[in-house]
Amino acid sequence: MADLAQSCDVLVAGGGNAALCAAITAREAGATVLLAEYAPCDFRGGNSRHTRNFRVMHGAPTATLTEAYGEDEYWDDLRRVTAGETDEALARLTIRGSAAAMPWMERHGARFQPSLTGTLSLSRTNAFFLGGGKALLNAYYRAAERLGVSILYGAEVRELHLRDGAIESVAVDIGGTTATVRAKSVVVASGGFQANIDWLRQYWGPAADNFLIRGTPYATGRVLRNLLDQGVMPVGDPTQCHAVAIDARAPKFDGGIVTRLDAVPFSIMVNRDGRRFYDEGEDLWPKRYAIWGRLIAQQPDQIAYAITDAKALTLFMPTMFRAITAASVGELAGKLGLDAAVLANTVRTYNAAVRPGAFNDKVFDDCRTEGLTPPKSHWAQPIDTPPYHAYPLRPGITFTYLGVKVDDRARVLMTGGRATRNLFAAGEIMAGNVLGRGYLAGFGMTIGTVFGRIAGVEAATHACH
Amino acid sequence: MHATDAVAEARRMMEICNACRYCEGYCAVFPAMELRREFSNADLSYLANLCHDCRGCFYACQYAPPHAFDLNLPRTFAQVRTETYEAYAWPGVLARLFRHNGVVVSLIAAVALAAVLLLTTALQVPVVLYGVHTGPGAFYAVVPYGTMASVGLSTFGYALFALAMGFARFWRDAAAGSPRAKPSALWRALCDVAVLRNLSGGGYGCNDRDESFSGLRRWLHHAMFYGFLACFAATSVATIYHHVLRWIAPYPPLSAPVVLGTLGGLGLLLGTSGSFALKFVRDPAPGAPELLGADTAVLVLLALVAATGLLLLGLRASGAMGPLLVVHLGFVLAFFLVLPYSKFVHGVYRFGALLRYAAERASGGVRRPPAGEQ
Repeated sequence: MADLAQSCDVLVAGGGNAALCAAITAREAGATVLLAEYAPCDFRGGNSRHTRNFRVMHGAPTATLTEAYGEDEYWDDLRRVTAGETDEALARLTIRGSAAAMPWMERHGARFQPSLTGTLSLSRTNAFFLGGGKALLNAYYRAAERLGVSILYGAEVRELHLRDGAIESVAVDIGGTTATVRAKSVVVASGGFQANIDWLRQYWGPAADNFLIRGTPYATGRVLRNLLDQGVMPVGDPTQCHAVAIDARAPKFDGGIVTRLDAVPFSIMVNRDGRRFYDEGEDLWPKRYAIWGRLIAQQPDQIAYAITDAKALTLFMPTMFRAITAASVGELAGKLGLDAAVLANTVRTYNAAVRPGAFNDKVFDDCRTEGLTPPKSHWAQPIDTPPYHAYPLRPGITFTYLGVKVDDRARVLMTGGRATRNLFAAGEIMAGNVLGRGYLAGFGMTIGTVFGRIAGVEAATHACH
Repeated sequence: MHATDAVAEARRMMEICNACRYCEGYCAVFPAMELRREFSNADLSYLANLCHDCRGCFYACQYAPPHAFDLNLPRTFAQVRTETYEAYAWPGVLARLFRHNGVVVSLIAAVALAAVLLLTTALQVPVVLYGVHTGPGAFYAVVPYGTMASVGLSTFGYALFALAMGFARFWRDAAAGSPRAKPSALWRALCDVAVLRNLSGGGYGCNDRDESFSGLRRWLHHAMFYGFLACFAATSVATIYHHVLRWIAPYPPLSAPVVLGTLGGLGLLLGTSGSFALKFVRDPAPGAPELLGADTAVLVLLALVAATGLLLLGLRASGAMGPLLVVHLGFVLAFFLVLPYSKFVHGVYRFGALLRYAAERASGGVRRPPAGEQ
């Protein structure tokens, strides 16, 4: 083992939003900082490169945010989506920290775009990065370089040697050579384990092989596994992940936002056997977006098909992959490799169950089925206008919930509750402390930014005093 | 617009971008894209000419190469743009001049310069050509006013006509189906041109050199654009002086034509040399290397027009005035000749695209589907 004896005050493991916030903050606090990013430069930034906004508390309208979004409303939103699987103290710390984060972000090159007319309902709660997460990361990397943070690309943190509640040294693989880094403090900001199919298979069995990973292939969870194996306290359900339904034609990794499909409420969803399996019109799509990954994961071969017709094609966001199109349902079944008779029967039965109503895609309308199992509660229109369209869908994994337990100083806790002395965590690796289940748009970036800054200050303070 | 590989590639990219939309804050291309779900060849011609090559989208793109989706919008749009220059050129038989355009522009410049030089030396005795001339009519002693004005007017007039025909062809094709452009849309488009709104990268500048932001290219373009307008104004004022007031050039240093011409020449020189340098220090990744020749040829030609004009002004009281005047007029002639068959046409189609964009915005008739959660 090469011992480069790379010594620095603070080693940051990871290269996404949380890692950069920690590295910049620690450097500005006077520490020498080494940042080890597993990905090569072109793919740096973890899942942050696929993000678009962060959720920010604010008391009054700003240049880019409308109205106000107070602490209590923010906390209510979080409590609702997590169904209580959160830590109120840490959650409120995160929420309050989001307000202070925004000017800090702007000082370090973050650019926000004004809410454009007719854009998202999120313009009140979420600040949008001009150009998205990769543009934000470009700015942060430049800021870090300017400040003198040493950045290693293609550097995988493999082992953290933890003894008596402190990290003694860290093994980092750089281009096939293992180097030992001695740092006074270590910040782990290396993400979850969603790109580790073997690990997912432990909970999901062979179904995991059919999962698509929406983000970075470098989130292998190696640091997380290594720490949990050494008695660090876990947080979050290890079996759970945020899974949405995405186009099955997406690449295995890194397909990002463009592989999403919003066609479900305006379609019927059938499985490999050509049969429906869940109410496609149960709730407004943004609220049901995240359940369909799991629903499809439970279907044979983890595949489903959204079947719709010419009427529906313009009701949802344009898609990267074009619809598979046919003049008849039977022909469509052939193109999808489904049993034509079964699919035709599914469509016929559904059409017969559709009750007439006034279609309105913006509200809970009265277009529903009657006497059908499972029902379609809203937006049900007969599928009868050729050409017929289909999209294949698979589960797309965004992130995992398992993480390390931290305190309000971002210190990693050992099982039993004792804090480690020089180990801090930020970002997805500890997001489960605050977001134990569910999803809140832009909140991952908030956790990463707030805890990244806390971890950076704490790590530098520990190292320099 | 015909289907070409570049158009097909632009369509592939737009269909990915339209499912993402992260770049909608950068420029007009993305809001224009969001009004559509499908992209006809004409739409892509419109969108490519709406692109100002600020490159913000390239550096922000999570799908830029080496990602498998291989999105490089600035490069592809630059390629499509060049194809549209050829497709809309008037007369059609001269469209081929857009191929190897860097060489074409250089050759035309060389021939124009040689022709003016040869003609003057053939028609003018050396004692006049190299002599010192002062007072009203000094220039016209070397090149007679009638010759200068008729050649200038006819070539420039032809250029304007050919550009107008190109605009008409662009508008018929790439703006087919556009809402009617009301005066307010026209005003908006003119403002977009005047301030280069779409080279502001959403207010923070462009990626002139690399992933960092700067306003340099926008200011250099302003220097060129307003420099050119100042030179044009100088000539117009001088024409009024000549024909209405019967004041014959050369004019004194603090006269309107000289002041405007000097400022314009300096602006052109600064803008062209800066833009030229920028082309060689910037990150080549989002560019189309095959277009470098065409892009730099027009910059060099404009710089030569400006430099010889300024030299002529500085040395007009000496024996160098005659040869400098001839060289300057040679480059001006070359500029008029290549105007409709070189990168200069970008301004016409860019304006057309901005006009269509303004008309589409004003009509606001297209519903934008709500973008959902991440």
